[in-house]
Amino acid sequence: MDVLSTKDKALLLGNEAIVRGAIEADIDVATTYPGTPSSEIADTFSKIARYYNSKGQEPGFYFQYSTNEKVAVEVAAAAAVSGLRALTCMKHVGLNVASDAFMTYMYVGCKGGHVIVTADDPSCHSSQNEQDNRYYAKFGNAPMLEPSNPQEAKDMVIEAFRISEELSLPILFRMTTRTSHIRGPVNLGKINLKKKRGKFEKNPLMVTVPEVARKLHPVLLEKMERAEQISEKSKFNFVEELEGKTGIITSGAPYNYVREIVEELGIKCRILKLGMTNPLPRKMCVDFLKGCDRAIVVEELEPFLEEQLKAIAYEEGIDTKIYGKGYGKLSRLYEYDMDIVESTLRKFFGLEEKKEIKEPSIHAPPRPPVMCPGCPHRATYYAIKQVAPEGTIYPTDIGCYTLGKAPPLEMADFLLCMGSNVGTACGFSYATDQKVISFMGDSTFFHAGLPGIVNAVHHNHDCVITVLDNRTTAMTGHQPNPGTQYDGMGNEAIMLKVEDVVKGLGVKHIEVVNPNNLKKTMEAFERALNYKGTSVVVSKAPCALILPKSVTEGSFEIDQEKCTKCNVCIEKFGCPAFYRDGDQIKIDETLCNACGVCTQICEAKAIRRRKK
Amino acid sequence: MKRRLIFAGVGGQGVLTEANILAKAFLAAGEKALTSEVHGMAQRGGSVICTVCVGNVYSPLIADGSADAIISMEPVEALRHIKKLRNRGIVITDINPVIPPNVSLGESKYPNLEKVFNELSLRGKLIKIDALGIAKRAGNAITKNIVMLGALAGMDILPINKEKILQAVKENVPERYMEMNERAFNMGYEAVRD
Repeated sequence: MDVLSTKDKALLLGNEAIVRGAIEADIDVATTYPGTPSSEIADTFSKIARYYNSKGQEPGFYFQYSTNEKVAVEVAAAAAVSGLRALTCMKHVGLNVASDAFMTYMYVGCKGGHVIVTADDPSCHSSQNEQDNRYYAKFGNAPMLEPSNPQEAKDMVIEAFRISEELSLPILFRMTTRTSHIRGPVNLGKINLKKKRGKFEKNPLMVTVPEVARKLHPVLLEKMERAEQISEKSKFNFVEELEGKTGIITSGAPYNYVREIVEELGIKCRILKLGMTNPLPRKMCVDFLKGCDRAIVVEELEPFLEEQLKAIAYEEGIDTKIYGKGYGKLSRLYEYDMDIVESTLRKFFGLEEKKEIKEPSIHAPPRPPVMCPGCPHRATYYAIKQVAPEGTIYPTDIGCYTLGKAPPLEMADFLLCMGSNVGTACGFSYATDQKVISFMGDSTFFHAGLPGIVNAVHHNHDCVITVLDNRTTAMTGHQPNPGTQYDGMGNEAIMLKVEDVVKGLGVKHIEVVNPNNLKKTMEAFERALNYKGTSVVVSKAPCALILPKSVTEGSFEIDQEKCTKCNVCIEKFGCPAFYRDGDQIKIDETLCNACGVCTQICEAKAIRRRKK
Repeated sequence: MKRRLIFAGVGGQGVLTEANILAKAFLAAGEKALTSEVHGMAQRGGSVICTVCVGNVYSPLIADGSADAIISMEPVEALRHIKKLRNRGIVITDINPVIPPNVSLGESKYPNLEKVFNELSLRGKLIKIDALGIAKRAGNAITKNIVMLGALAGMDILPINKEKILQAVKENVPERYMEMNERAFNMGYEAVRD
């Protein structure tokens, strides 16, 4: 495993570099709820723990996939106030879930360092929005570090623990897709993993009743003043003088583009590279701006740095004009790339425009992600489509099953966030006369599904809630969840069954089906639809990607003599293993996972197992 | 020597592995290498791109007209990124199409292959290989990514030699598949040499 390398250098993913930093900094507790682009951080902790466990060695830290991000922060917070070093990682929207704990945690503070990693996703590569979590640092008064490359990610994590302990304050560590998923060389230090026990020392100031909170708020503001002094001296905030008077202020992934373009084009400028972006090093910014004839801020998403720099300039009476959002191609939308930054800098520095590269005369067809061949979600969706009345509303949730939005299934109508399928199902069932069938996965069920189900039961909302229980957290890379028999360290864990939980929640009509049996699945949904009140269908079959080879081996084929070209397999079922070859329909044997569900939809009985 | 490379293909074909092996070979040879990868939702049968930049580079992302080579495991995936290719750059592509489901559904069209190859050859030096066929002959279709890596090594445009890349291949595939991958690599290399 590269992340455990004992050499002096390794090629690490940004997310792996965070873990390397943490294990060099003698981390004690790591927690998470998985989510792209953060997942490899937690998965690397998991891999390391399982690796040591398999060799009969003590890993030296504790790791868990918590039920959700809020729980993950709480578990780690308790460790950190007991003096242990903790790290919690999540995707940007995960911090929304954790924000209730996060906001007040800043008042209370910690003893051992606690690094909270948020991985933002400009361009929404794998997310439902592209919110800029740097505002959480301002909102909650958390110091914040933002690396640009894997080396900085590793070094900054070590520094983040130190800062967090110096201030007794959790620290936010902001990644983006392009810093999480860059791989680059990292100079390695010594791995330092010693198992320690914490000690919780009671203190009435850790019970945030109103009287205490009022006392803690000024303490927090005072900590942030000290944090500004740390920021002024931080080696991660620095100026590069490249023989010019015109300034570029940047941080995170955009720094990489700026630095490379400036060098390629021989632009004379000065660069203020900010690695600690909350609080800003005010004096450093003042000195920098005073030394510039004009300056441009290159940052992705919101004008977080720009607005603060403009405020600082105003307050200090600096007349250096500051450019940012709206200049050149600098937008508040989507992630930046070399072309956006190059075109903007060419304009700003008065260079001739780059020659447009011509679009090709023919275009590649779009190739969006799809549900895999053999995916049990497809079978569930297909079965429901056979029995649900026209106009049925399908609230959905976060996971692979969202891919059912695409034709031909089109089984996703409304989505906000983790767990929103149930809450919105309740609302739709009241607000409309349409039938409602909602969907969530097993991991989402445990993450944020339970309160919605309780709400549905209590108010007797007439809806069918489907738990697509594929026995794993599939989309983010097959992490365990409370419904699996093992935990993130590879140890045996207590497995919670969805059907038992919903029974405990008071659901009166519960169906458990194997979706790969279409007929039985259709019957189960018919009964659920006819039930007046809240019903739950647990559609249980393992993700095709975690099935053993012995099950997915082999493939099916179409008997061309029997095939009537009714096209149901392509136009209604939509398994990507099917394709047209001239006027024949065929099954790609390298894609087929041998689930055999297609044999149940083919009225001509033309689909058969391919002989070896 | 700076080199900027684009590895393209379809989720599940091993694009990430291919790019990472090369990046590791660069690192082992003392070169600075950066990659940018696609993880998560984009991997479920979607279009996948992975970049590898080597030399004195800061950015793993590649500007339009700056890639020295595009190495694609599927013809239209090479076409998808062709704007990135520099003038007279190299395109190595497998000739075997993977038809997206939306084409089967009639929502979009897979362009005529000859036209795709023609467009690619207008932009740079086009090398077409039957990587899938070669991989099968090497022992398993799954080694197609290593065939492509061998083909890239055969173009003599990298700052490190064939042996160093092959070494990285051997170090990064499971031991029981080592021989098969070595065969795949060498067959890919030979395919572009004659």
